[in-house]
Amino acid sequence: MLEDLKKIKELSSIEDKSIFYSANFAKDEIIKVFNELKNNEIFGFNQLIDITAIDYPYRKKRFEIVYILLSMKKNKRIILKTLINENDNIDSLTEFFKASDWYERECYDLFGIKFNNHPDLRRIMTDYNFEGFPLRKDFPLTGHTEVRYDDVEKKVVYEPVKLTQEYRDFDYTSPWEGMSKGIDDHSDDK
Amino acid sequence: MKEIEVNTTTINFGPQHPAAHGVLRLVVELDGEVVERAEPHIGLLHRGTEKLIEYKTYLQAVPYFDRLDYVSPMCQEHAFALATENLLGIEVPERAQYIRVIFAEITRLLNHLLNIPAYAADIGAVTPFLWCFEEREKLLQFHEAVSGARFHAAYFRPGGVHQDMPNGMEEKLNKHFKSLPKFIDDLEELLTNNRILRQRSVDIGVISKNEAIEWGCTGPVLRSAGIPWDLRRSQPYDAYDKVEFEIPVGKKGDCFDRYLVRIEEMRQSILIIQQCLNQIKPGEISVIDNKITPPKRSEMKHSMESLIHHFKLFTEGYRVPEGQTYNAVEAPKGEFGVFLVSDGSSKPYRCKIRAPGFAHLQTLDFLSKGHLMADIAAILGSLDIVFGEIDR
Repeated sequence: MLEDLKKIKELSSIEDKSIFYSANFAKDEIIKVFNELKNNEIFGFNQLIDITAIDYPYRKKRFEIVYILLSMKKNKRIILKTLINENDNIDSLTEFFKASDWYERECYDLFGIKFNNHPDLRRIMTDYNFEGFPLRKDFPLTGHTEVRYDDVEKKVVYEPVKLTQEYRDFDYTSPWEGMSKGIDDHSDDK
Repeated sequence: MKEIEVNTTTINFGPQHPAAHGVLRLVVELDGEVVERAEPHIGLLHRGTEKLIEYKTYLQAVPYFDRLDYVSPMCQEHAFALATENLLGIEVPERAQYIRVIFAEITRLLNHLLNIPAYAADIGAVTPFLWCFEEREKLLQFHEAVSGARFHAAYFRPGGVHQDMPNGMEEKLNKHFKSLPKFIDDLEELLTNNRILRQRSVDIGVISKNEAIEWGCTGPVLRSAGIPWDLRRSQPYDAYDKVEFEIPVGKKGDCFDRYLVRIEEMRQSILIIQQCLNQIKPGEISVIDNKITPPKRSEMKHSMESLIHHFKLFTEGYRVPEGQTYNAVEAPKGEFGVFLVSDGSSKPYRCKIRAPGFAHLQTLDFLSKGHLMADIAAILGSLDIVFGEIDR
């Protein structure tokens, strides 16, 4: 199948990682790529397992969107990746895979990535009226607001987070050699 | 022009409702008692697990997996352990593989022993609930014996399992799983031919093969539609390639088929456990590399190096080589996967959790269309929804 994948000119850096294939594509080619992978009998990637993103705030193109597909016929997975900018949109896959509806909503909710032609792009995980995108690296772990029940107002109120102790992030990294690649060979033991 | 009067009622189901299986808010549009649209509002149990994991070392991330789908904790640790091991490029010893399979199957039994009676209770039967909880308690004792905790075990660690099974455990397991099939027979006697159960579940919430694939369904939901797809068979991990078992499939893909598939899966799980108990041999239970797994307590008493390893493992943690991977296991509810990205440090750069229930709940709208309001409870029960994993 690797050879057949290499014939699709929209895909680049195709690798066989034994339990899955991985490949990259340009974001404008998304419809072409998925049409080929889903509808071509050779591949039969008929199930969309998941859509997610990775945030690299210091890169030129900030987000890497990851699509995980499964072909039951060939018993193979493929992980497709594409890069997009913070302000870019990407086409929705809802016309190919119904499952992508919620996956894309989740991606939008947690990363703020917008999908073109999505039927119902709303937040899904976070609270109603939530602001910000929690899985971005610049979003603080503690969040911005906290809730409590107000006895006087008889309702739940939102307040800025107040920590009795600052959030502490210890840096344990040390000159200890740790692991470099796979199992340490222990040649320096004894 | 003919005027059509639209007269629908919109009601709010949940978030606090016993049949919602947790905190599900459903906005249901009804025409009389017929469901026109059911829109799930999820996220009420969202705890930001994926974000939290980015701030923890690989070992500290393990307990979060118990708390996702809290009725099948060990299967989820399994996925994370496999993903981490894949990035580290290590293979766990044989005994650890068998122990993992045994406990993954015990977890599957635990999950189905909760789902089946909960589903039955949703549609009117109370007795199975009491029966199954007694059986669950017996199985949870095995969890407790190996890990010290009934639910939040943190037992499957990257590199193996936390500790070996205590002495005499294998005999106890053997004895218990000899008697368990009898219990399943009794349970089936109570349910399978029960008129009420059949009336409430046959032809309710039918999903076809193509729809099941299209909507990302996995596990019993996919198999009930007639597709013999099981990751334990098709992409075996750990010792699953050394055991034989059958994959039950349904014919119609309705609620009743999903129930039957789960009952049969329990029987197969028992067979798998028995085969593992026959094949398991004494040996190491985790990778013998103190750069990944902590040294034994006794060694730490006299070896300075062990003490240093222990200290470093529980402060900095082990560093994982740069890379990305996706590893999935056949959890009781379906394909549970972990997409793990490492930047070479001791904390995951990104850890995406693929929960089977998330995809399943999405199908609720079209599964319940045209059915009665009361069938929503049956469909929800048969999809095996747990909010810990859906909301993450």
